[in-house]
Amino acid sequence: MSIKTIAGVEVNVNDEGYMEDASQWTKEIASEIAKEEGVELTDKHFEVIDFVRGKISAGEGLTIRGIGKSGVVNAKEFYALFPGAPLKKVTKISGVPKPTSCI
Amino acid sequence: MDKEEKIPLKKILLICSKASIEDVYAALVMGNGAVMEGIETKLFFTFFGLDAITKKTMNKLHTATTGNPGMRMPGGLPFPTMLGGLPGVEAGVSAMMRKQMDALDIPPVDEFLELITAGGGEIYACKLAMDMFKLTKEDLHEEVSDVITVGDLYEMCDGLGTQIVFT
Repeated sequence: MSIKTIAGVEVNVNDEGYMEDASQWTKEIASEIAKEEGVELTDKHFEVIDFVRGKISAGEGLTIRGIGKSGVVNAKEFYALFPGAPLKKVTKISGVPKPTSCI
Repeated sequence: MDKEEKIPLKKILLICSKASIEDVYAALVMGNGAVMEGIETKLFFTFFGLDAITKKTMNKLHTATTGNPGMRMPGGLPFPTMLGGLPGVEAGVSAMMRKQMDALDIPPVDEFLELITAGGGEIYACKLAMDMFKLTKEDLHEEVSDVITVGDLYEMCDGLGTQIVFT
């Protein structure tokens, strides 16, 4: 565990850069992490982020299938919004733990 | 000593030649997992594996209830081979297995293929096996991009950091 200053705020992050306390998260922090990941956040991105944070705070797991059926985006749009490794990227930007799902 | 340079996996080709639930899903889970990691992914279905991309059969795959030492009764007792051979047993066990997978949010085969292609993965069918089983492109699911030869497959294998996995 280490402390990193993101968007002027000190937050706890793990070795891979995932935030360890979701309550420290702000939209500014999200934009800053997104920039590091090569993503420029739009309103649509924030809709997905809200969904992801909601799922995690409810104690539920995340899958690409679940996000694709969320009504916010379909799987193809999700891949387009967070290109590369979407599940890893969206969780990092949303300030929630790295997903453990295989699907 | 020079530090060894690590080359990350950039592209993977998965070959599936069998039609049982476990063989098909091994290929699908690995393929989808690679897509999720941003790895260029191509799935190649041949021989009985074609069942997994044939519209008529894809969502009705079976697991073997005979000749399968891993098969157990619910509760963990051994599954008698004689029982596995009775009519309807394999279909029932397979339906139960598919139901349990669905409960774990593992999609049915057609939806899994759509998930893979949504992320940029590609699905191919083997031409020789198609000829053998007298199948045409129309028999296959829409997500199958092409029917190709072994030569075509090897042409897709170019580039450092490419691996082929035969499941």
